[in-house]
Amino acid sequence: MALLEVEGLKVYFHTRNGVVKAVDNVSFSVDSGETLAIVGESGSGKSVTCYSLLDLLPQPPAKIEGGSALFDGEDLLQCDRSSMRHYRANEIAVIFQDPMTSLNPFISIGEQLIEPLIYNPDSDRRKSREDARARAIKLLDEVGIIDPQSRFDSYPHEFSGGMRQRVMIAMALINEPRLLICDEPTTALDVTIQAQILELIKKLQQSHDIAVIFISHDLGVVAGIADKILVMCEGTIRETGDTDTIFYNSKNDYTKKLLAAIPEGAKISPNSKKQDRPLVEVTDLKTYFRHGGKATQHGGIIKAVDGVSLEIQRGEILGLVGESGSGKSTLGRSILQLAPTTAGLVNFDGQPLTGLNAKQMVPWRRKMQMIFQDPYASLNPRMTVYQTLAEPLLYHGLANSKTIEQQIRQLMDDVGLAHGQMRKYPHEFSGGQRQRIAIGRAIATKPELIIADEPVSALDVTIQAQILDLILNLVERHNLTMLFISHDLSVVRCISDRVMVMNKGVIIEQGNTEALWKNPQQAYTQQLLKAIPIADPKLERSRLSGL
Amino acid sequence: MTTVEQQGTSLWQDAWIKLSKNYLALFGLVIIGLLCVLSVLTPWIAPYGYEEQNLLLGATSPSSEHWLGTDVFGRDMLTRIMYGGRVSLTVGFIATAVALLIGVLWGAVAGYVGGRLDAMMMRIVDIMYALPFMIFIVLLMVVFGRNILLLFIAIGAVEWLTMARIVRGQVMSLRKQEFVEAAHSLGLSQWTIIRRHIIPNTLGPVIVYTTLTIPSVMLLEAFLSFLGLGIQPPQSSWGLLINYGVETMEEYPWLLIFPGVTLSLTLFALNFLGDGLRDALDPRVSKD
Repeated sequence: MALLEVEGLKVYFHTRNGVVKAVDNVSFSVDSGETLAIVGESGSGKSVTCYSLLDLLPQPPAKIEGGSALFDGEDLLQCDRSSMRHYRANEIAVIFQDPMTSLNPFISIGEQLIEPLIYNPDSDRRKSREDARARAIKLLDEVGIIDPQSRFDSYPHEFSGGMRQRVMIAMALINEPRLLICDEPTTALDVTIQAQILELIKKLQQSHDIAVIFISHDLGVVAGIADKILVMCEGTIRETGDTDTIFYNSKNDYTKKLLAAIPEGAKISPNSKKQDRPLVEVTDLKTYFRHGGKATQHGGIIKAVDGVSLEIQRGEILGLVGESGSGKSTLGRSILQLAPTTAGLVNFDGQPLTGLNAKQMVPWRRKMQMIFQDPYASLNPRMTVYQTLAEPLLYHGLANSKTIEQQIRQLMDDVGLAHGQMRKYPHEFSGGQRQRIAIGRAIATKPELIIADEPVSALDVTIQAQILDLILNLVERHNLTMLFISHDLSVVRCISDRVMVMNKGVIIEQGNTEALWKNPQQAYTQQLLKAIPIADPKLERSRLSGL
Repeated sequence: MTTVEQQGTSLWQDAWIKLSKNYLALFGLVIIGLLCVLSVLTPWIAPYGYEEQNLLLGATSPSSEHWLGTDVFGRDMLTRIMYGGRVSLTVGFIATAVALLIGVLWGAVAGYVGGRLDAMMMRIVDIMYALPFMIFIVLLMVVFGRNILLLFIAIGAVEWLTMARIVRGQVMSLRKQEFVEAAHSLGLSQWTIIRRHIIPNTLGPVIVYTTLTIPSVMLLEAFLSFLGLGIQPPQSSWGLLINYGVETMEEYPWLLIFPGVTLSLTLFALNFLGDGLRDALDPRVSKD
């Protein structure tokens, strides 16, 4: 018998608009030393499945309608509060998606780490503060925190995202659980950090001999670490099998769709037209920020963009890659004059933009637009689709009350939204649809340049593929020029004609996409390329073991 | 697709549709509306004059001639409450409107522009906070003489400070949102961004605070009047009536009960209406 056996699990949400079958008749099992990956899009019920095991769902509206979850022979769904505390503390641990919010900012990480030891519900497993501290330091060392002795008393804000996730992993393992649930543990991280965390989870699993359930929306991520894969959609299991079968011999259409959505390969028809005058010319651009108020007090100046020169040719898609904190977003905003530049020149169509005041910028704003990362934050929640799309048109005098209707419908057609949704508010749409609205707003003024700042990073893999298609299509049809900013190299590769790699405020390498991919010159670029997960279990396993 | 759908209703039209489905809020609206209409019509429909005394009658409990009884001077309570409503409602609404207008604009501009202007504007708010309210009013009275308009200004000048702080806090977090940056990159002017994108998104807390301000303004007026700085007898307001009612509570309870009930009813109605408005103006709260 396996360590965890879930049989016919049903979790329904009773909402005002009726019953939502979040998890419907799901069965699976996972044994010690084994990794089960649960893969599906957002809303597929993959997280609900796991949270219901630990009674972490808000009830109501959620209600477990049926099924059983035998952990070591005991049914987790039937057990009372005190035994549930035992399971949570000592048997089953969870790592959450966002390491930025899953640690308490007011308590030092050491104190948070030893909490489960000191306040353990099982008194025989409780430890003294000294013992707990010793164990915590040992674990911090094991998850790769350098100098754990002194870092023990540091607070979460003193750690980077990747380091925080390591702390979360240490916290999950501190009571030596037998089952570890990882809920998208790498989605919020950069690709290089992702590779390290995946490797760490794999290593720890082997050395501690624990069972792992790994939740992800991206099949590519789980290729190298999963033994078995469960594909979920709309609350039901679509396919289940060992990793190689799912990847190489899938019978299921939905699985095939997920596999096809993984960005792979290069842009089919790269644009290599060379013109005499580039649309955008940036010369030695510098954007500095003062750190924490007055520079004189703290003396800190952040050089977000530190002397960047680049050219964007008309009609091309220029990819800009870099890790978080590399200054790539600030560079995009500086080109659009949304962030105040410190020095350097930005020429648009031969005209200098640097030095123009807000009023002088207005006619130029129409010609350059931006698409943002988070489709939940980039739309005004109190404006309907109609109002959001009408605003740029009316403001720039591109439409009058007679034509506006028609123009908005045209825009909605362009980005693939149904006309009937015109009166809806942003919260009534899914993430992908919202991004379509945001793209519609960006192309409304018929701009020449669009800066897309991580436009697909917040989206599921399948939605990501659709939005990328849409972007490519629009660039082609409307003869747009685009700066495409992303931390995801596979995405950049399949969309851009040329790529620039940015690190610590400077461009360290640039070239045609395929040339750069095949023959990266800089060590940093090589390292970035090596960290990309490969959606091929056999290759991925050898890659992970080689890291 | 109908024409209505094509036009796209505005936030306010949507809000009205939602409000009309919220019976509690509608009840509040009807009560407030009724009180306002009564106040306007008072000089014509009041059963007696507000200074009509009948010293022989003195304080009597409710009867068929005086529905809500009379006070110690034999004045009809219903009449006095109706006339009092004129003062209380005017003070409540006008002073709150003044506070709302100044507070929201001040806070929105300070929060949105930030930097030095923000620091300067908020220091002004701090200084106003620090001024002892009573001395401020007494000074105003000494310089300009006592009149009701001054009362509005004085109360409004105090109440907008908190509003400005609330709005500033909201705006500072809104300013960093991507949709504001998107509006900026569309080339919209600062003022348009504040008006279209910032202020509508601060409405929730603003409306709740407004419904709390109206009653506190009414009580402030009573306090000032009681000290002889506001309106003077024989004029009356709800707050004043309650103050006098408290003094004679044991002998003539109806002098406290009726003005008290009227004020409470108003506050309830305002709270229901405020909550309803807040929900109605938030598209994320469903229309059903």
